[in-house]
Amino acid sequence: MTDPLTQPPKKNPQIRTRVPTRPSHFRSRAALGIAAAAAEGRFMLQVCADCGVVQYPPRDACCGCLSVELPWQDVSSTGRLIAETTVRTSTNTYFRERTPWRVGTVRLAIGPSVICHIHGDLAVDDEARIVSLLDKSGQGVLFAVPANATANMEDDPQMREMTCDPKFRRVLITDARNENTPALAKALADAQASMIFIGEAESWRPYPGQQAIHAMANIEVLPLDVTDTRSVAELCGEIGGKTDILINNARFVRPGGITGRDDVVFAREEMEVNYFGLLRLAQAFGPAMRGRGADGDNSAVAWVNMMSVHAWSNSPDYGLFSASSAAALSLSQNLRAELWGGGVRVLNVFTGPTEDEWHQPLPPPKVTPEAIARSMITGLRGGLEDVFVGDVAKDLIERWRVSPKILEREMIETMGTGS
Amino acid sequence: MTIRHKRQAYDGIVAVSPASVPYQRFSKEAAHWWIARALRQSITAAALMPGDIDGLTVSSFTLFPDSAVGLTQHLGLSPRWLDDIPMGGACGVAALRRAARAVQSGDANVVACVAGDTNHVDSFRRTLSSFSRFAQDASYPYGAGGPNACFALLTDHYMRQFGATREDFGSICVAQRQNALSNPHAVMKSPLTMDQYLSAREISDPIALFDCVMPVAGAEAFLVMHEEDAQSTGLPYAHIRSTIERHNAFPDDPIQMRGGWEMDVDELYAMAGLKPSDMDLVQTYDDYPVIVMMQLEDLGFCGKGEAPAFVRAHNLTIGGDFPHNTSGGQLSAGQPGAAGGFLGLVEAIRQVTGKAGPTQVPGARNALASGFGMINYDRGLCSGAIILSGSGDD
Repeated sequence: MTDPLTQPPKKNPQIRTRVPTRPSHFRSRAALGIAAAAAEGRFMLQVCADCGVVQYPPRDACCGCLSVELPWQDVSSTGRLIAETTVRTSTNTYFRERTPWRVGTVRLAIGPSVICHIHGDLAVDDEARIVSLLDKSGQGVLFAVPANATANMEDDPQMREMTCDPKFRRVLITDARNENTPALAKALADAQASMIFIGEAESWRPYPGQQAIHAMANIEVLPLDVTDTRSVAELCGEIGGKTDILINNARFVRPGGITGRDDVVFAREEMEVNYFGLLRLAQAFGPAMRGRGADGDNSAVAWVNMMSVHAWSNSPDYGLFSASSAAALSLSQNLRAELWGGGVRVLNVFTGPTEDEWHQPLPPPKVTPEAIARSMITGLRGGLEDVFVGDVAKDLIERWRVSPKILEREMIETMGTGS
Repeated sequence: MTIRHKRQAYDGIVAVSPASVPYQRFSKEAAHWWIARALRQSITAAALMPGDIDGLTVSSFTLFPDSAVGLTQHLGLSPRWLDDIPMGGACGVAALRRAARAVQSGDANVVACVAGDTNHVDSFRRTLSSFSRFAQDASYPYGAGGPNACFALLTDHYMRQFGATREDFGSICVAQRQNALSNPHAVMKSPLTMDQYLSAREISDPIALFDCVMPVAGAEAFLVMHEEDAQSTGLPYAHIRSTIERHNAFPDDPIQMRGGWEMDVDELYAMAGLKPSDMDLVQTYDDYPVIVMMQLEDLGFCGKGEAPAFVRAHNLTIGGDFPHNTSGGQLSAGQPGAAGGFLGLVEAIRQVTGKAGPTQVPGARNALASGFGMINYDRGLCSGAIILSGSGDD
């Protein structure tokens, strides 16, 4: 079993904040497939389309038959640890600061041997399971864990370096008014987040979940209006230095496409919240979090955006909202690039139509707040970058991957289903 | 496709004029500077002028942005035969066997084989992080322990598989240190006890400080020419009895327990007409003692898994019953980058020609030198070996 993590002490403000360092992020283009799989929590390797040989390390040509057809596939992750070492000196500053560091050789049941990080509960000759994770450089790495879960295994120090577990971390949820906020807050509390800040705009104006939110333990409701640059800056001045996970669930959504509206009022409001809101938050909290990426057990670790899956392909019935979501998706990639230096992950949680008033006429399936909250926790614990919640979102991204153009045609076919 | 054509012997081709430039821990000079010094030393010892060299092989990790080609202009050489041999610890054997064929076929008269590297304060880190694509993609991101971590995994596995102990590895290191004390150019100058070996600082378990070589700046060289040319200038020379080379052997082994020598060892001795017990001394590639053990096994001195017992049963010092790495090897003389792949071979040429001075094994005539190189990902890919015979100190 792993020693359980203990609540980190209150930070001494006189002690210098450790500057984030990173493992090497250099990879060949082929090797980036590991990161692409890790971003979704999948274990994928290249498998030769001609002879079936599983490749590792990633290659440009098959080591069995010289074919260059090497598609990435989900493969079995089971294996056995056959050798281990504990690195005690390293030429890389990141590892030098974190030694002793265990690595090992796992022989996969599907063939290749892999050098990987190894979990503290794994011993030589043990059955192991390999998971792909993103390290602090944002690149994909292989991590061997025991085949069967062990007590507190998520608290393993090496593992916690790769994940964004909310345990003992301080979280900001940006929009108390969103229907999903009570579910998000409860899930984070259940995951042992040590403090949950919740931003509340126009507190004089009541909203359905208000009483429930204010009644929760370990909650602090603070004024925040993401459409107001000064409000964002003021809150960041207050809690920017202790926000370990930021969850941006602020959203403005109205049905309708271009010709369904006579003006740009709602479209502007959608951009104001969904795009500029994210930008304001990023400009304020981004640098603060990036600077705290290596600040001990409760370092800044993740930025979560709740986002419509129609950011990927426009849903004509919500055409203008989709457009603002697409802008937000693009901005989130910019944010990911800029938080990279601090090892802070950007997790986008994509949903289809949600179970709320603005999607009321749509047929099921619709995504519940509880499902969004579960996926968010899964994404944080797995250190993921992309999570797709519910059947609509999963279906859409699969179609997008096959052909964005075909999907565009299919989305036209959905017009009118909600009216 | 099976090999149907018999290999030619290296009759009439000899290795001469071994040169070693004393190593330094760190150097402000460039690799070119080190290589030039070794070349000059070797050429001068053969009473030749640079213009007499019409063939050249170069091995270096730190010549960048130059390669062997750039070096010809830098050094004012106009060879008609040129080879760049980036095989790390196997570059010495590879250089010699290529040069021998070039001279034998008449493509060149005299080939200078040189290896050298500088070692700036930050060289080691830079070399590690960009050593190879697989290392960059699949080993360096895992703790960045470099070769220490990779060989620690091999050592860990070897110990579990064959019951080798830290003392077994230590006996190799301690014996080599004793040899190094006779080599005035060795970087390590004080004796090493087994207690010191066992209690040394841990580097990457089970590897500790004295299992690791010290990166240094240095260069090594020798010449390959016709026997009659060596005789006419009165140069002591070593015959090339046989050579082998292999890359990426046994790719299906889940972890490295053997090198390519095992594939070719029968041919090595058959071509030479000699057997392991005929060797008066052995120079293995000793980047880590576990690799020494694999070579003792794969080159036929004992069976697989028997090297721990072998090193317990034999005395590996210059005066012992199994003289091994007589100059102290890289473990005690230092690892001068690619020149580490020349160190044992250059010492072997000295030994069989009776010119090893303070490290001379009395009456040595036959020597085996082996090379091992390039941890591309999880294992060393290049292996080679050579048997040299000289007339000793007659």
